[in-house]
Amino acid sequence: MGIFEYAPAPESRDLANLKPQYRPFVNGEFVDGSGEPLKTINPATEEVLAEVGTASVSDVDTAVKAARKAYNGVWAKMPGSERAKYLFRIARLIQERSRELAVLESLDNGKPIKEARDSDVPTAAAHFFYHAGWADKLDYAGYGPNPKPLGVAGQVIPWNFPLLMLAWKIAPALATGNTVVLKPAETTPLTALVFAEICQQAELPPGVVNILPGAGDIGAALVGHGDVNKVAFTGSTEVGKAIQRQIAGTAKKLTLELGGKAANVVFDDAPLDQAVEGIVNGIFFNQGHVCCAGSRLLVQESIAEELLEKLRYRVSTLRLGDPLDKNTDVGAINSAEQLAKIKGLVESGDAEGAERWTSPCPVPERGFFFAPTVFSDVQQSMRIAREEIFGPVLSVLTFRTPDEAVTKANNTPYGLSAGIWTEKGSRILWMANQLRAGVVWANTFNRFDPAAPFGGYQESGFGREGGRTGLEAYLDV
Amino acid sequence: MSDRISVAKTYKLYIGGKFPRSESGRVYPVTDSKGKFLANASHASRKDVRDAVSAARKAFGGWSAATAYNRGQVLYRVAEMLEGRREQFVAEVAASEGIAAKKAQSLVDASIDRWVWYAGWTDKIATVLGGANPVAGPYFSFTVPEPTGVVGVLAPQRSSLLGLVSVLAPVLATGSTAVVVSSADRPLPAITLSEVLATSDLPGGVANILTGRAAELGSWLASHGDVNALDPAGAEPAARADLARDAAGTVKRVLTVPDVEPDWTADADIARLRRYLEAKTVWHPLGV
Repeated sequence: MGIFEYAPAPESRDLANLKPQYRPFVNGEFVDGSGEPLKTINPATEEVLAEVGTASVSDVDTAVKAARKAYNGVWAKMPGSERAKYLFRIARLIQERSRELAVLESLDNGKPIKEARDSDVPTAAAHFFYHAGWADKLDYAGYGPNPKPLGVAGQVIPWNFPLLMLAWKIAPALATGNTVVLKPAETTPLTALVFAEICQQAELPPGVVNILPGAGDIGAALVGHGDVNKVAFTGSTEVGKAIQRQIAGTAKKLTLELGGKAANVVFDDAPLDQAVEGIVNGIFFNQGHVCCAGSRLLVQESIAEELLEKLRYRVSTLRLGDPLDKNTDVGAINSAEQLAKIKGLVESGDAEGAERWTSPCPVPERGFFFAPTVFSDVQQSMRIAREEIFGPVLSVLTFRTPDEAVTKANNTPYGLSAGIWTEKGSRILWMANQLRAGVVWANTFNRFDPAAPFGGYQESGFGREGGRTGLEAYLDV
Repeated sequence: MSDRISVAKTYKLYIGGKFPRSESGRVYPVTDSKGKFLANASHASRKDVRDAVSAARKAFGGWSAATAYNRGQVLYRVAEMLEGRREQFVAEVAASEGIAAKKAQSLVDASIDRWVWYAGWTDKIATVLGGANPVAGPYFSFTVPEPTGVVGVLAPQRSSLLGLVSVLAPVLATGSTAVVVSSADRPLPAITLSEVLATSDLPGGVANILTGRAAELGSWLASHGDVNALDPAGAEPAARADLARDAAGTVKRVLTVPDVEPDWTADADIARLRRYLEAKTVWHPLGV
């Protein structure tokens, strides 16, 4: 370890303006939901952060009615240039309240404050800015003149990027003239409800955005509601399949952003130190709670030992602990349930004969934490090479030729993302062509931008978010 | 002098560039619109579906990797062959659909023209749907459309040729490969199209055409793990929900199609091309 010790550098928890209670947001007002209230906890301490009112199935109906009324009465017929101004306002308000949102996100989700502050919140604002500009330019989006919105969008988002996923869903929906009912994840509802305050501050017409905290049953009720025209879901492949089944035979338009098991392919001519940084970012960013995480490292055999040595050293310097500490690299696992799932898959790796290395970093006694872990000698048939772990666990496989790398990389029903590390440009482009994945990062990893479409092949889902391509999900084309 | 006895033809399936009989040995009678017996067609089975899917998967690598220019030329060659057999298609469409020769002629002409229209899209769709992404950072980011893979197509039941061409050509133009179940009661133009495809430059397996019942074969295509997208155009509206449920098991792309078969003579747009394409976004850092 280094010569200098780190001093604690905690961000102020007070910035979050945490309130004891939060309520659902329907038709422009915070209302009492008729579901059982839930307690949302800080996964880093297991302390209760706040009590959150949840929706019942009847509240889903009320929210969809409000969204329908706003759609017919105001939003769909408003000129795009006026809708744009609301989106610009929201983007600005997110920027102005960015410190509050970042701290609240870190508290509720367990992610390191530096990631919430430097990645989640600014990218969320950027999505509203980007889509604001589309609202009055849809004729130029390539779907023919005057493309129409779909109506009411029912949106269900996961707990790994609570505010960012909300932005990915709500910004394009509103820009294209749809109104929304959004269900945040059960364990991370807080920033969505602060976003509801932002909608009030922006004087967004009532009903255009509605937010219903709750569990899976509320998501299912929302997705299945007869007056919802568009369903957008980000989450696990298992739930995505259930949703596709649930709405089969209806006229609802569906987009799914599901799981992944991305291959991060390192060739022998790659700049190794840079590659190590990219590998670390690829799998340990956001505790590995990233659907496009580079969870399968494919290394060319001739450099595998050297790379693994560098990688283990680098991973051992990652600081695990208090998410609010500005020096923290790896925060808390979002829930006890998720921690148990990670542990179960890691045990399967042990049992199936992979070689486990775990970072010697200190692990806090309280809260849900899992030390960064690297499995080597992984075979393609092992569960840790096939199943999405969604945690700070990397599986390392080797290959000899580019063709073998492609075959192994594509040997998965998923197809969300992939990485390529090599100095040879022609090989990058050849690999990018061969890999069956919606996003391919070359000599970098985990880059996101509202202008760049994101989404998967095969069982990683269909539809794209971001860019011109992403508008299709919310247009009747 | 006795009347000449015509040479009756035995109709078969088209799988992997070959013309096998159904593995099941089944056939079913095809009649014209007035009920007069025309021929027996092969009645494809679940096993034929599986053979066709594996042929389509095998052909996908080569077809999707062919240059767009090459795919365009191959598809245009198909149109040339269609034109050459125009009279046969007119007769079969007229008999199948019970329409006058003149009407059948215009449908066949529209089919040929539509094929040409899609042939011309192969090397343009990436420019129209892809692009550079102006991301906020030192990266070159671009998005290219790529073919989705093997597509299962339940061809329209009424429009025996123009409908078939309108659903098959966009699959092939994108670089995907197809397994098609033809119109059950009007399969003759589909079988003749198979012969056209087989004698054009289209590699075997890129298009596979099965004659049989969409109601029987649709669910095998919808649930097959190696089929990436499904066009349920020729399914009964009542069967659509079941097909979509089957498709969910592998997160298949399922086309949204109208309950009532549309007027295929209307101009096509790029909606069908778009639905068989995945958008791949590639990022690379910039620097010196």
